[in-house]
Amino acid sequence: MSATTAHPPTAESTERVRSMLTAAHPGRKRVDRTMTVLVWGAFALAMVPLISLLWTVTSNGIGRISMDFLTLSMRNIFGGDPTGGIYHAIMGTLIITGLATLISVPIGVLTAIYLVEYGRGALARSVTFFVDVMTGIPSIVAGLFAVALFTLILGPAARFGLIGAVALSVLMIPVVVRSCEEMLKLVPNELREAAYALGVPKWLTIVKVVLRTSVAGLTTGVLLAIARVIGETAPLLVAVGVTDSINTNPFEGRMMTLPVFAYRQYSQGLATCPGGESATCIPDIALQNAWGAALVLIVLVLLLNIIGRLVNRWFSPKLR
Amino acid sequence: MTDSPPRARARATRRRGSDRGFNRVFRWIAVGSGVLILAVLAAVALFLLWQAWPALTAGSDELATAVPRYPEDTSFVAYVGPLVFGTLLAAILALAIATPLAIGIALFISHYAPRRLSQVLGYLVDLLAAVPSVIYGLWGFFVLAPFVVPIWSWLNEYLGWFPLFAGEASPTGRVLATVAIVLAVMILPIITAVSREVFLQTPKLHEEAALALGATRWELVRTAVLPFGRSGIISAAMLGLGRALGETMAVLMILSPGFLYSFHILDSAQHQTIAAYIALDFPEASGLAVNTLIATGLVLFVITLAVNMGARAIVARRKEFSGAN
Repeated sequence: MSATTAHPPTAESTERVRSMLTAAHPGRKRVDRTMTVLVWGAFALAMVPLISLLWTVTSNGIGRISMDFLTLSMRNIFGGDPTGGIYHAIMGTLIITGLATLISVPIGVLTAIYLVEYGRGALARSVTFFVDVMTGIPSIVAGLFAVALFTLILGPAARFGLIGAVALSVLMIPVVVRSCEEMLKLVPNELREAAYALGVPKWLTIVKVVLRTSVAGLTTGVLLAIARVIGETAPLLVAVGVTDSINTNPFEGRMMTLPVFAYRQYSQGLATCPGGESATCIPDIALQNAWGAALVLIVLVLLLNIIGRLVNRWFSPKLR
Repeated sequence: MTDSPPRARARATRRRGSDRGFNRVFRWIAVGSGVLILAVLAAVALFLLWQAWPALTAGSDELATAVPRYPEDTSFVAYVGPLVFGTLLAAILALAIATPLAIGIALFISHYAPRRLSQVLGYLVDLLAAVPSVIYGLWGFFVLAPFVVPIWSWLNEYLGWFPLFAGEASPTGRVLATVAIVLAVMILPIITAVSREVFLQTPKLHEEAALALGATRWELVRTAVLPFGRSGIISAAMLGLGRALGETMAVLMILSPGFLYSFHILDSAQHQTIAAYIALDFPEASGLAVNTLIATGLVLFVITLAVNMGARAIVARRKEFSGAN
């Protein structure tokens, strides 16, 4: 302090002090710049597979997409016959995922309500902990669990849609709980207290105030959870099996789903065409089918993700 | 004043009756679904154990006749051993690739990227997690494997003295190293998401103190953000490990399997993971073979459960003792 008062700052000394204060040691600067490049590079590197993957799926799958492909099944389609489609797989995916949603959403939302509105003590802590642990269950183990459960009830070799839905629910419930819990926590306490002050019972407060306020967030959470399980392959492969025909009854018979269809077509490899490639026999038709199903699947997943984010952005009440 | 006693009584009952009627029903429904989740997790363990039991107690002769590709005269442990080894090796390699990258991406989103963009960039990274694993399998087989073949053969030729790169580089690229890259891409989002959350929680005062001392941006990260987020990074990595351990389709579609204790990750027909093994054999299995596969699934469940519980315990402990409060 005394130094500055004794010698009024000149332009030159100010400049010198400023450069001392602002300029880092060249070595430190170099490290800083290197790390900045590395951090940007890490992000860029992560985008490479995403872009490559989206491009590959789109360019390989788009040629196969047609009205026939979307509305026909693979029944009585053999070898390189290109007239088959994925209608049975789309139906199977929608039915099984829908059933899984029906099972998971009530349990998930109610558990989230329990954790936010009632949860206290050891039970709430252990539910939180084990929900987190459950998010890490390998999908194939969930499939094995569902198979084991229905083996107990119906005996071995039972394969139908509901088993797959149960397997997917095991994977879906923790995701629903997690995201709904976050959304319910965002509801301001003043709203609850205002409702209590008006003499509204707690359950009605939860249904009419808390859930109403957070319905957009809950929808987002559910949509993202659906997007997470709709592409699951392994549990459906072990629990539902495969079929080439349309089966819309989830309580009887095997069902096809989009991811399993893509995998089965992929593992079929090339077909043999005695007369060479022609309009009725294309050697790599199975691979084309796989890419086509993959494209439909990825479009579904991306749509669910985008709609989910938009619902939250557009419909959630502005809390600030 | 004739009606005052009833009114007083009504008030008293209302106070006592805040947990009455539908209130109580609703509370029990909520508690019940919480308990149901615990029950489901317990049921997963119990049913797997119950279905695995016949295989765990069967003799090696019985297993050898019932299970295809079951080596003669081996106990169940010796049979599962190479599978566990392959699973762990693939997951650890994936983790070694993914963790530094994910920390970089998380720092990019939390401290480097322009504020307005960071949320959108976060979504982009999350999209990597949304891509179904079967599509990763297709992509890994048709795009990545051919692409990495020259890289693997170069590594094999010039760095072959390093145990991991020894052996013979496969000309197809369907090897564990390729699988590890795909797994790394798949677990990037979860590691990024968790570490990003932790980095964003760094106390503003710590950051400002570092800046006030003249720290560059990297020094700010190194002295304030990373020490604060260390346990978060560890648990994020463990969560990623859990994901990588259980990943099925990508491994199944890319890897050419084998049953060896081998570190030659550039060589084909060396490794197999538990999840891919189950998915490959389960659709055709019957009888004791099903029990054996479920028993291997149980082993996988126990491993991932241990890893995940460890990770969550670290997160939970950190919440209580973090420097932020």
